Amino acid sequence: MRISSSVQEQRRQAHSTLERFEHTVLLHLDAAYNLARWLTRNDHDAEDVVQEAYLRAWKFFSGFHGGDSRPWLLTIVRRTCYTWLQQNRAHELVTAFDEEHHSLESADSNPETLLLQRLNAEVLRQALDALPVEFREVVVLREMEGLSYKDIAAITDVPQGTVMSRLARARKRLQQWLAAHTQGDRH
Amino acid sequence: MNCQEAQDLLHAYLDGELDVIKDVAMTQHLQVCQACAQAYNAQHQLRSALHTHTLTFAPPAHLQQRIRSAVRQASAAGLPPRAWSWRWLGVGVAAAAVGLILWRLVLVGSGLTTEDLLTQEILSGHVRSLMAQHLTDVTSSDQHTVKPWFDGKLAFSPPVKDLAGSGFPLVGGRLDYLDRQPVAALVYQRRQHVINVFSWPSAHDTAARAQRLTRQGYTLMHWVSGGMVYWAVSNLNPHEFQEFVHLMQSQAAMPSSPSEHRPAGQ
Repeated sequence: MRISSSVQEQRRQAHSTLERFEHTVLLHLDAAYNLARWLTRNDHDAEDVVQEAYLRAWKFFSGFHGGDSRPWLLTIVRRTCYTWLQQNRAHELVTAFDEEHHSLESADSNPETLLLQRLNAEVLRQALDALPVEFREVVVLREMEGLSYKDIAAITDVPQGTVMSRLARARKRLQQWLAAHTQGDRH
Repeated sequence: MNCQEAQDLLHAYLDGELDVIKDVAMTQHLQVCQACAQAYNAQHQLRSALHTHTLTFAPPAHLQQRIRSAVRQASAAGLPPRAWSWRWLGVGVAAAAVGLILWRLVLVGSGLTTEDLLTQEILSGHVRSLMAQHLTDVTSSDQHTVKPWFDGKLAFSPPVKDLAGSGFPLVGGRLDYLDRQPVAALVYQRRQHVINVFSWPSAHDTAARAQRLTRQGYTLMHWVSGGMVYWAVSNLNPHEFQEFVHLMQSQAAMPSSPSEHRPAGQ
């Protein structure tokens, strides 16, 4: 049995594409999982979503022509998360949408001063968890992944100005939440 | 730069997204305007807190391997498309057959008990119900709607209780298939956590206290009471889950309807 040279050639190509994929995209597993975990708020769901996202990424990999593969992958992870949320927890997306158009904070209110010593990882995580998903994702992408407005805009599919205003609102909400939950004894 | 402009650009400044000219103007404004400087400091403080603490979630160790094999599998099946042939399909089928045989051998060799297998089945039933948009066949928070729905579909009548008063509203019910028989699945909810409760008649009449298991981040509890086997599964935190199971047990102990049968003897 002889395998024709063209089949051999195709297999070689497939193999090298796979290696390229593993060396570029799989490197960003930490970032992919972190985003999925923050958006789904559950370990198990995050694992499933990340695996699904990687399979999609593999499918679209031929359309990826170099550049930074991290924002590219995170775009796919985010979309996969949203599809999953739509199917499983549509109410979370609805809430987020409503809240964005119903801004509670006034621009002139005094900034809350936080008691830094009362902040720990647990409290901060709770505060982030309490944010609507569209606010939560910009904070994760900016503060944890250190991405630029340009990258965040591309990933979340909104203009850069919206990234900035969402970050501003998200931070304002975080401060209010933290102030309310760490200084409760003052009121 | 005035205060309104400064407020508008505060976050872009904090994030280092301003061009040089605006960045310098902003720095100068913050030096002379106390109100804006205070707003900036508050933001800076929050930023420091977010950076000081580790808030990222690290993927579990097995995930990389899981994804690697999933992608390799996908690549073997689908890329490049022209390389796909019956020849490879044959290889795939053979590999699957070998895999199945190995899996059987592993099962026999690892001494997995029937309970382990049932646990897996229950867990899969729960996860599937969340994934496939098939959480409920009958969607109602009214126990008097859900209970009759099972009539004629099952050879037994599962006790159905609404625990909305205790913070676990009934979402609905569905038929499932476990342990080689059709079973009742009741769906309850607490916040965004779904709780599946599977029940079917017990082969033995002995009541059994609740036992807890943890698998893949889910908590499972099972018990036997009133001649019925119950398995509850959820990703709810153990504390609240325990509370739910207590409620289920105390509710189920009360005769809810004439059709609920009692154990013949202990």
